[in-house]
Amino acid sequence: MMIDREARKLLFETVAQRVIASAEELTDLDRAIGDGDHGVNMRRGFEAVLAAVDELSAKNLGESLKGVGTTLVMKVGGASGPLYGTLFMSLGKTLDDEVTCERVADAFATAIDAVRARGKSDVGQKTMLDVLFPVLAVLREGGTELPVRLKAVAKAASEETIPMRAIRGRASFLGERSVGHMDPGARSSALIVDAVVDVMEGLA
Amino acid sequence: MSENVGIVIVSHSADVARGTALMVEQMVGREVPLGWCGGDPGGGLGTSVEAIMAAIERAWSERGVAILVDLGGAETNSEMAIEMLPEERRARVVVCNAPVVEGAVMAATEAASGASLEAVRQTAEELTPV
Repeated sequence: MMIDREARKLLFETVAQRVIASAEELTDLDRAIGDGDHGVNMRRGFEAVLAAVDELSAKNLGESLKGVGTTLVMKVGGASGPLYGTLFMSLGKTLDDEVTCERVADAFATAIDAVRARGKSDVGQKTMLDVLFPVLAVLREGGTELPVRLKAVAKAASEETIPMRAIRGRASFLGERSVGHMDPGARSSALIVDAVVDVMEGLA
Repeated sequence: MSENVGIVIVSHSADVARGTALMVEQMVGREVPLGWCGGDPGGGLGTSVEAIMAAIERAWSERGVAILVDLGGAETNSEMAIEMLPEERRARVVVCNAPVVEGAVMAATEAASGASLEAVRQTAEELTPV
């Protein structure tokens, strides 16, 4: 599948709009177990992406993903800036305009490793990784009805962070008190996966 | 260009960063190149990679720069800022695992004596509870 300029623009716009529309929900989740700025930070970052979307999507997929990542790093402010920035920048380093499910899975695996290193975190610690890893596993499986399964696993995986105890990030200060709340980073990751899948499904 | 290691203070709060910088200046005067920043790109509580890069530039010393941070996001954003520096500078900037106020004062005192970047970092990190 070819991700041309129009597709890139639609992809970045859709992801940005969905994140911006959910800013309040993310902030509420973060208020429960963090410092309550995740929604505000993500909105600021993705508003900057929206403002520059024509310029960003004019470059090839690799360069434009790097551009999105750099924008998030510079504009988000919280720890989610470097984390999502690293995710997009790493994807940009490995992806070309012509994508296949396998290539995306390989690039995604490398990008998740980069996020894991940046956050010094791992699966099971109540973070965005708890959504990204299960999504990668389904992407690797491939097969029929992939879009539906990807969205389902992202949603289920974000909900599975509710009973987890935070070990990394601000929520870790709360220890046991972090149990019972969905991780805001897991939720924003699920939102982004959902948006990407919807766009890709429309293109297919 | 200073011969001493530079110190950068990164807090979620501009007030905390500025206050810490004042305490450092009172201890070591202007002998140590000093940079500080606090607040996110929207002016709220948080940290900004761009501001951290600018603070590193202000505190730049050929002997290196030690960064003191307060909470999680400050550390992650500082590490990101280091990675975005020109390659020849990256290896000469470290983030100290130390409390921001005490760490900055101790690190600056050590730096003022002409100590190496590694010695400055160790002095700051001795404050970290084990």
